[in-house]
Amino acid sequence: MTLTINDKEYELPSDPRVSLLDFIRHDAGLSGTKKGCDHGQCGACTVIVNGERINSCLTLAIMHEDDAVTTIEGLGTPTNPSALQQAFLSHDGYQCGYCTPGQICSATAMLTEIASGLPSDATEDISTSPKLTDEEIRERMSGNLCRCGAYPNIVAAIREVAEAGL
Amino acid sequence: MKPFHYQRADRLEHVAQLISASGAMAIAGGTNLIDLMKLQVETPDTIIDVNRLPLDQIAEEGDGLRIGALATNTATAGHGKVRSDYPILAKAILAGATQQLRNKATTAGNLCQRTRCYYFTNIDQPCNKRDPGSGCGAITGIARLHAILGTSDQCIATYPGDMAVAMAALDAKVEIKDRAGNTRSIAVRDFHRLPNDAPEKDNILEPGDIITGVILPAPVPGKQLYRKVRERSSYAFALCSVAAIIDMDEGKITRADLAFGGIAHKPWFDARLGELLVGETPSLSLFDKAADLLLEDAHGFGENDFKIPLTRRALAATLCEATGVDA
Ligand SMILES: Cc1cc2nc3c(=O)[nH]c(=O)nc-3n(C[C@H](O)[C@H](O)[C@H](O)COP(=O)(O)OP(=O)(O)OC[C@H]3O[C@@H](n4cnc5c(N)ncnc54)[C@H](O)[C@@H]3O)c2cc1C
Ligand code: SF4
Ligand code: FES
Ligand code: FES
Repeated sequence: MTLTINDKEYELPSDPRVSLLDFIRHDAGLSGTKKGCDHGQCGACTVIVNGERINSCLTLAIMHEDDAVTTIEGLGTPTNPSALQQAFLSHDGYQCGYCTPGQICSATAMLTEIASGLPSDATEDISTSPKLTDEEIRERMSGNLCRCGAYPNIVAAIREVAEAGL
Repeated sequence: MKPFHYQRADRLEHVAQLISASGAMAIAGGTNLIDLMKLQVETPDTIIDVNRLPLDQIAEEGDGLRIGALATNTATAGHGKVRSDYPILAKAILAGATQQLRNKATTAGNLCQRTRCYYFTNIDQPCNKRDPGSGCGAITGIARLHAILGTSDQCIATYPGDMAVAMAALDAKVEIKDRAGNTRSIAVRDFHRLPNDAPEKDNILEPGDIITGVILPAPVPGKQLYRKVRERSSYAFALCSVAAIIDMDEGKITRADLAFGGIAHKPWFDARLGELLVGETPSLSLFDKAADLLLEDAHGFGENDFKIPLTRRALAATLCEATGVDA
């Protein structure tokens, strides 16, 4: 019984209580993913599972047999960052950086959601495909809180990547 | 978290048996159950993972649409037919939680989500819903989120969800498989209960029951609106919400299916409102009469008194938007 994190296989834990978040940080030793609230309220623990962003604190590792998890470490490296990682750097999309891995995982999946036409609460007419306005970005990123209030720069970083179609 | 056993249900026929064992609970997206298990509000001995059962389809059924129990909130809100024929459902879902949560949240889990009453979620506080007979902390305490309709002296909690409010306006049906393998269906309007003297029971599910899906009836004409009033503009539960399907012909209202969230222990549906509004020419005074009827028996508990005028205004604003009357 295994699950995959960033293309590497890991044995599932024997204790079913282990959250996917604790599994990623402790068992897999990938400390990029952060624990803020542990209750689905902040988004610091956001990872991408089978292409969709979720809160890893509100799911159990044992429920993810054969699933493919991508964490911030899987998106890029310091020498080869992803477009969003680079844009967060160029736009100063953070201060302390604690929420940043969650923000970037969330934004990565969000761009795919927009491309697939998924509407949001900010979409004027939900029968049509959404456009990537700043209002859409803010609504779609509302599950990622930033205690430092870096929001304007986060939106700018995401907008840049979206507009460049990267 | 209290230790528990984990078991995966592989076949629908086996689930009933697995979840009817004492101390067993189904787990779907886990976004409510795991949250409450961490707080030791829920302490199952065994959790039955239903996620690999084939219950995630969304498909046309007769003139209507069947939404599987395990369809995620994202899949439902993004479905073409939901967006075109039942936009109220997509809007209500999108007004709730966040994209990360909606990616995990399921139809059945959303229907069964528990109240956000702060005494319920704090095991050091008295709460008749969590610990029957221990008292209700909220009645004399902090009751900002709490109900104004259908309360009892045992419990004044609200059902916190958005999706089910739209389903109540649409008059959808919940499909349930019982322990013996029989299937029954019940209107969403009757699925949740009032607290009365058994607040520990949120809904009509019996031990061993499993929700298999929700059936939406044939689409109806008219405007479909979902207005949610909350403390901040995203990522917050409703203080009050209004789901409205309103149709007009020659200046008169011909359909008015209304349901309300955040004000009672269940999505609130009052058939008298439709009867009052249909056949009438829309006007502010008509909407005021509708609010009088809706709120006839409403009462607050201090902190939530504001919900009575708030609901009145939210109803009027929704009806103005739907009928074109100037607010
Ligand atoms: C921070 C936060 C904000 C939120 N904001 C909102 C909001 O604004 N609006 C809103 O509507 N919701 C909101 N939610 C709640 C969210 O919608 C629910 O947690 C979610 O819908 C529950 O679905 P799930 O599949 O994860 O359920 P689970 O947690 O898996 O299960 C919940 C309950 O349903 C039972 N269950 C699951 N499947 C079945 C089945 N097939 N048959 C019988 N019983 C079953 C479980 O036993 C459990 O008791 C929020 C949640 C969080 C954490
Ligand atoms: S309102 Fe209901 S849920 Fe809240 S403390 Fe009272 S009994 Fe418990
Ligand atoms: S740590 Fe998961 S949402 Fe806050
Ligand atoms: S950068 Fe500090 S919390 Fe966002």
